[in-house]
Amino acid sequence: MAYVAVKGGERAIEAAHAWLARERRGDPGLPALTVGQIEQQLGLAVDRVMAEGACHDRGLAALAIKQARGDLIEAAFLLRAYRTTLPRFAASLPLDTGAMRIRRRISATYKDLPGGQVLGPTFDYTHRLLDFALAAEDEAPPPPPEASAEAERMPRVTGILAQEGLMQGEVAGEAEPPDLTREPLAFPAERPLRLQSLARGDEGFLLALGYSTQRGYGNAHPFVGEIRMGEVTVEIVPPELGFAIEIGEITVTECQMVNQFAGSKTEPPQFTRGYGLTFGHAERKAMAMALVDRALRARELGEEATAPAESEEFVLYHCDNVEATGFVEHLKLPHYVDFQSELEKIRQLRATALREAAE
Amino acid sequence: MSAATGYNFGYLDEDTKRMIRRALLKAVAIPGHQVPFGSREMPLPYGWGTGGIQVTASVIGPADRLKVIDQGADDTTNAVSIRRFFARVAGVETTERTAEASIIQTRHRIPETTLREGQILVYQVPMPEPLFRLEPRVAETKRMHALADYGLMHVKLYEDIARHGHVAISYNYPVMVNGRYLMSPSPIPAFDNPKMHRNPALQLFGAGREKRIYAVPPYTEVRSLDFEDHPFEPVRARAGCALCGSRESYLDEVVTDDAGGRIFVCSDTDYCQGRQARQEAAE
Amino acid sequence: MMPAMRATLAAGFAEPVLDAQACFRAALEAMARPGRVQRVAAPPEAPPPLGGAAAALLLTLADADTPVWLDAGPEAEAWARFHAGCPIAAAPGEAAFLLAAGPMPPLASLAAGSEEEPHRSATLILQVAALAEGEGWRLSGPGIEREHRLRVEGLPPGFAADWAANQARFPQGVDLFLCAGDRLAALPRTTHLAAG
Repeated sequence: MAYVAVKGGERAIEAAHAWLARERRGDPGLPALTVGQIEQQLGLAVDRVMAEGACHDRGLAALAIKQARGDLIEAAFLLRAYRTTLPRFAASLPLDTGAMRIRRRISATYKDLPGGQVLGPTFDYTHRLLDFALAAEDEAPPPPPEASAEAERMPRVTGILAQEGLMQGEVAGEAEPPDLTREPLAFPAERPLRLQSLARGDEGFLLALGYSTQRGYGNAHPFVGEIRMGEVTVEIVPPELGFAIEIGEITVTECQMVNQFAGSKTEPPQFTRGYGLTFGHAERKAMAMALVDRALRARELGEEATAPAESEEFVLYHCDNVEATGFVEHLKLPHYVDFQSELEKIRQLRATALREAAE
Repeated sequence: MSAATGYNFGYLDEDTKRMIRRALLKAVAIPGHQVPFGSREMPLPYGWGTGGIQVTASVIGPADRLKVIDQGADDTTNAVSIRRFFARVAGVETTERTAEASIIQTRHRIPETTLREGQILVYQVPMPEPLFRLEPRVAETKRMHALADYGLMHVKLYEDIARHGHVAISYNYPVMVNGRYLMSPSPIPAFDNPKMHRNPALQLFGAGREKRIYAVPPYTEVRSLDFEDHPFEPVRARAGCALCGSRESYLDEVVTDDAGGRIFVCSDTDYCQGRQARQEAAE
Repeated sequence: MMPAMRATLAAGFAEPVLDAQACFRAALEAMARPGRVQRVAAPPEAPPPLGGAAAALLLTLADADTPVWLDAGPEAEAWARFHAGCPIAAAPGEAAFLLAAGPMPPLASLAAGSEEEPHRSATLILQVAALAEGEGWRLSGPGIEREHRLRVEGLPPGFAADWAANQARFPQGVDLFLCAGDRLAALPRTTHLAAG
């Protein structure tokens, strides 16, 4: 018998891992990237990996990016797999983004407002011309920013609208929000669960969905009420103390979208909000999240929900890129047993069809 | 701590294991019903068997002997990878012999060797919902299971027969468990479905990405859906294994040249090797 | 937890990870093969009236996510709270697990799950006087090839009728562990009981 079944899965895996390690390192004549360099100089990649990896640790996110060769979905997956093994000591209190130490804060709905517009470190008005000076090896450090925003209290735009009764109020729920990392999604999904899911969701997927609501797949008329980015304090209440203590400070980006609401029999027309919040500086993600959050509120606001972005199951089941990449990529695992049964089945169906045609 | 220091025995932390164990007990008590569970991210990707791995990790102990197969074979890369994972995080003995294993984790096959009491078969499940191609909304399919309303599936099978003269499902062929719940057998070929029926072993199903666990207790009725005038017929290639000659086992088709040459060999490598060894011994 | 209180607490599992695994396998085997009696190899140290198997099941399955109802007194309650970290349920109907050392709470009063989520149902751990295979009731249903026999000493007189009513609610219903010393057997809601 000439045929010998394929063997050696174990050796093949080891050889593949070794090859991967060499590819990751690249040309050994060049210095290796340090985790610190990634953390400092690829900061927005670090932010995205922390958000989608659902774990705030800049150093570990940078390490994941290095290990994943810059594949950010793979890096988010590495971080997720690590976070699941961590003990849970406490749940933080809700972040007070109203007390944010602001580095950037803009509103598209008011020309000026208390606290002012703070452009901060943004790509928005850069000209997208490749800067060949950056290609030089010994880049001189740029000068420090001239002035940072002073700790002036900056009221939220949505608060300004609410004073006039134009913005639908948001009541803090009494119930403990569900925890997506401990319990599977359940439908209908209330807003805390939806927001959790969107906060971990894939930026690209949410971007496309948010975009679709602007193009008519959904009933969106959004304005950026406010985007703010800066540092907020994280607090927990240890049960043995019974009062809140600070455990650190993190950077977050918050977006509040203002949307029309036609009103109903019981409510006069007013504005409603879509909300986005992400780790780090991730404006595109926060804005897309706010658009999708508002779209997903269609059901509770009594609007017709027909667009993809308005379907809870569609959005929430498909926005997690670690789940999505796993299931898409698993198609490269062997499926020859099932394919074999498909082969036999299609031969059987064709035989039946040909026999009937001949009769 | 296990063989791989820094991680708990079986990789999962005890809270997660308890949560999965509770789900498993309810799954056994309600045969065929999908129990949602708080599936965790595992160090292997979704789609690679994270559900099966979590079930195995919650069940396995130092006295167990683990066999892992993918496509019926012990030496496929993913089977090797999962077996190595458990050898590392649980330090358990592994085996390729179906008869020697206390836990068998599988993707896409049921071993040919008849299972016995005391064995646990853990299936890796990509899509636990048998109705998902007919109704993608989970809220809807939950309601259908609650009402045992499986008309949609019967209509689909009936339409297949009207159109093709046969049911056109060749794998992941839906089954009724204990006369109550419609269940996905995972993407095993329909050929394997009859092995689920009144099997002496305990059958556990884990879907990691979809976060569902379900079970078939031993000796439980598992019927492939069919019609009186169109009874269920498991399909296999009409050939014998080129290595061991078996005409009963499920066969893989191997293309041997680019002129249409092909042979058939057992998909279950342990079964095939056992038969070859016995034939050699008899010679 | 006060240090003085902790000093008087019985110790729990000697090897928490491995003992819980072994106990779970006994429980899984029991649930999968109703009426077959399993032995818990390394039961925890627990205050009376908790028996070895019942106490082991509690430590193996209960935690902060599962409200537990017990009737075994304040010492057992403190022990369960400390070792399992479980909240104590005020009423039987609110519990995920119930451990009854005294009179059995009526099955109909316990959480039975919903039509869509029958798994959100209580598991009753019932301490009984004795368990014997091969005699007594004739059990049939999933997990049983033809028939298992099980004699249970120390059940309330109306038990068979209660159980028949529980079984008739399938897929909703309550699942039961019967514990005697370090031995246990299970009756999932699918098991049919006939007088022996």
